[in-house]
Amino acid sequence: MSPLRLALVVFVSLATTVVFSLFFATTAPAATDALVQSSIPWWIWPSVLFVVTFVLGIVAVLGGVGGGVLFVPIVGGFFPFHLDFVRGAGLLVALSGALAAGPGLLKKGLADLRLALPVALIASIGAIIGALIGLALPTHIIQIALGSTILGIVAIMSLAKKSEYPEVKQPDALSQALRITGIYHEVSTGHDVKWSIHRTPQGLALFLLVGIMAGMFGLGAGWANVPVLNLLMGAPLKVSVASSKFLLSITDTSAAWIYVNNGAVLPMIVVPSIIGIMLGSLVGVRILAKTKPAAVRYIVITMLLFAGGRALLKGLDIWS
Amino acid sequence: METKNGHAATGVLQGVRTRLVIEEEITATPEQMAYAKLLDKGMKLGLLMLIITFSIYLIAAASPMGLLETHVPVKDLPKYWSMPVSEYLKHANIQAGWTWVTMLDRVDFLNFTGIVFLAGITILCYVRIVPIIYRQKDYVYTVLAVCEILVLTLAASGILHMGGH
Repeated sequence: MSPLRLALVVFVSLATTVVFSLFFATTAPAATDALVQSSIPWWIWPSVLFVVTFVLGIVAVLGGVGGGVLFVPIVGGFFPFHLDFVRGAGLLVALSGALAAGPGLLKKGLADLRLALPVALIASIGAIIGALIGLALPTHIIQIALGSTILGIVAIMSLAKKSEYPEVKQPDALSQALRITGIYHEVSTGHDVKWSIHRTPQGLALFLLVGIMAGMFGLGAGWANVPVLNLLMGAPLKVSVASSKFLLSITDTSAAWIYVNNGAVLPMIVVPSIIGIMLGSLVGVRILAKTKPAAVRYIVITMLLFAGGRALLKGLDIWS
Repeated sequence: METKNGHAATGVLQGVRTRLVIEEEITATPEQMAYAKLLDKGMKLGLLMLIITFSIYLIAAASPMGLLETHVPVKDLPKYWSMPVSEYLKHANIQAGWTWVTMLDRVDFLNFTGIVFLAGITILCYVRIVPIIYRQKDYVYTVLAVCEILVLTLAASGILHMGGH
């Protein structure tokens, strides 16, 4: 058993033991003072968070979405954690997933470093700006903007087409100057696929906006990276998906640092979320072959519709 | 580009890059492989740190004797996690930025070692590939990589912060 797997087993066993021992022990309500008091034992919400993120991890894999885009609206809408901490945790959750997937995608040549480097620079600058703005704006404004963005994401997921091999008649001058081109081996056909991109300046401008939104809302930005890379810039779908996943590790790093350094990271929220989603992803990968991705995708879209609506109404103080 | 059966390597020059083709399988560029290898090791180590430190935190939480100290008592967490971050920092008497380094004797802040390591791996990976790209005389991408290191370091420095809401 690898050390990491052993550590995971030990952790889950320990966490389960602690949760059950606390459940059966005599618990007293949290000490009262001038601040908010709760009659629910403190460990209930992190435990529920772990279970929920485990399920989100499974659903994210089956639905073909990132964990970040599900995490923030759902946890932010239905848990008592302030949105500042939820966004900080969301970025770290998305970052962890991207860090885990990145090595394999890079080694196989599906994620392209040459494509990612200029895009990542622009997106990470945007993410820093977005994180700073997000931490400065009033919470209800962020809730309204988050809700609207999530509903927009639902629209993109429902309506946007995907192109496996977009036609790029002529690479633009910038992509030629940067030599952004590549080749990967398509296993399903057995052929090598040469690719190039176009509309690079427009794509880079959009990535600045994508970075800002990722930093502001603590989302993973995969929902935007893939359409921009695939539909606008013309990268093949597999290269777009893989490079997007890898890009998240850079974009979310920059935004995550802002949240960490501004104190918006609570380990009791972050760590159960990261481990829950990672374990859920492992299960999701195993059962992926036995499920109907289209059906799960509809479930994901419905969840996001509900969570986005909830965030919007919460921000408008209609459903708090 | 041509491929051959068996264990044959074909070098293809794309600008100043070389991509190795082995057994009809496209592999990544040298800088891409170097990035991937370091990222893989760093990610696993960071995750291990996270699991170990959080396990210590849970033990401290369950310990009735209070053998391991936390800065914020776990039973008080529900009071704080519903506050905006600016109020949390004020009521919990925590300074933002890198002051957590001075609080590593408290098990809740020990968790930050794993969190910060995971957040810092990308910077290390970029540092790793800069000399590789430079040796290929790809100066544009060398500059891009160095700029990214500077951007991420600025984000990590703690210099950038906004007033809370």
